[in-house]
Amino acid sequence: MQPILRVENLSKVYEGGFTALKDVSLELNQGEIFALLGPNGAGKTTLISIVCGLVNPSAGKVEVAGHDIITDYRAARALIGLVPQELKTDSFESVWATVAFSRGLFGKKRDDARIERVLRDLSLWDKKDNKIMTLSGGMKRRVLIAKALAHEPRILFLDEPTAGVDVELRRDMWRLVRQLSDEGVTIILTTHYLEEAEEMADRIGVIRKGELMLVEEKTALMRQFGQKRLTIHLAAPLGTIPSAFAGHNLTLSADGRDLVLVYGTGQGSAPVSDLLRGLAMAGIAYHDLETHQSSLEDIFVDLMRENA
Amino acid sequence: MNVHAVKAIYLFEMARTWRTLLQSVVSPVISTALYFIVFGSAIGGHMAPIDGVAYGAFIVPGLIMLTLLTQSISNAAFGIYFPRFVGTIYEVLSAPISYVEIVLGYVGAAATKSVMLGIIILATSTFFVDVKVLHPVWMVSFLVLTAVTFSLFGFIIGIWADGFEKLQMIPLLIVTPLTFLGGSFYSIDMLPPFWRSVTLFNPVVYLVSGFRWSFFGVSDVNIGISLGMTLVFLLACLVAVWWIFRTGYRLKS
Repeated sequence: MQPILRVENLSKVYEGGFTALKDVSLELNQGEIFALLGPNGAGKTTLISIVCGLVNPSAGKVEVAGHDIITDYRAARALIGLVPQELKTDSFESVWATVAFSRGLFGKKRDDARIERVLRDLSLWDKKDNKIMTLSGGMKRRVLIAKALAHEPRILFLDEPTAGVDVELRRDMWRLVRQLSDEGVTIILTTHYLEEAEEMADRIGVIRKGELMLVEEKTALMRQFGQKRLTIHLAAPLGTIPSAFAGHNLTLSADGRDLVLVYGTGQGSAPVSDLLRGLAMAGIAYHDLETHQSSLEDIFVDLMRENA
Repeated sequence: MNVHAVKAIYLFEMARTWRTLLQSVVSPVISTALYFIVFGSAIGGHMAPIDGVAYGAFIVPGLIMLTLLTQSISNAAFGIYFPRFVGTIYEVLSAPISYVEIVLGYVGAAATKSVMLGIIILATSTFFVDVKVLHPVWMVSFLVLTAVTFSLFGFIIGIWADGFEKLQMIPLLIVTPLTFLGGSFYSIDMLPPFWRSVTLFNPVVYLVSGFRWSFFGVSDVNIGISLGMTLVFLLACLVAVWWIFRTGYRLKS
């Protein structure tokens, strides 16, 4: 199947000489939720801005559903919706007017039923006649999403969509993103809330200093880079780790009361059952077990540290 | 052509006019009415006719042109500057719309507003002075051509400006003085020869003169030259706008 978005060897060097993107290549499929992670200034917004036509690329090629973003920009842009990071709104316009404006701008004829549906989906229907300046920050964020959805895009860029919004709105957005994905809309999400990416994304991309360091299925990423930690609270303290357990990646706490086993999530439960069997055979009793699995955040921080 | 997009921008800009009716329409009409009262009725009564035209009527084309120029520039400049200022320009730049269509939407709306104002002021003038239009087709042509040309000029200013001060600078410091010194309130034939020659470097002279000719059949310069100069300025603005979009000046990095 043809990818909905194909980025090939994309680079961007700004006028001052700052290199924002270095030879980035990426393919996204229809209906997937892709989380693009990276520290501030990594190149996330530049990448989005180039795809949307806001920034000129220095080199490389971008296609949206097979349409080149430069030579066939009309067809390409008609398929894209963008929710920018900052709350950029027409303060003096009503919610309805600004959403209807967005639909027209993207070449779609007036469709009040569509706009009503979008506004209802985003709990904005009862605010449709309100001026945007009277809305809260969270509501303005919803308006930006409504504007991006007004023309029925096939790709939706959400640049830090939940920055500064409350828990209820965040959950509403997650629900909407899943619904859109189910309808075949591809979602590209940048976020600083890594639990959000962990919760939502099918695939994760990590970008740093303009370079796409990795693109991986979320589950594969968690398996490949994730770790599990088993803490065994011993019934009686040990002086040292018995030599029979030398093959295990074990550490003993300073007071000798906790044995800690660290193993990769890709190893399954074998290391745990091996260790527990060994403890039983060695006559070492324990009164409790505790496990912890590394989150995407842990993995992200480790990746950033390794490549610093 | 993305007709829906042009229509969306045009209607959006026109909606701003209705929302700010006092500022957009009523204010310039009141200002112009005051000019008529002071220059037309009060002072004009003591002035000799110019080229056979009563002074009160003589200044009507100039006053309309004064409003047309300043309003075309300020409407178009503000129309494109405001989305740049608040950041909503991202939506226009990321839409499937060509640069020609963007200009059509913004400049079309600004020119429409100016033409409406020109007509309203012309109608207002009939309450104060006796005005006749000898060449109505030419009058409308000059009105529309000037509105479009100076709306394009305003659009350029709106792209160039990086602050509200710059937005006001050219209309206040250059266009208004040029309009006042461009024969709006007098015939340049009334000037000493030296200043008359200097005045001919003022492009507004040609606009006012051509426009006045369409009213009274009298002009300071040949009607063909007036039309030619207006078209030259229009062409210069079109080239500048083309360059802005080709290079992405102040719009894209």
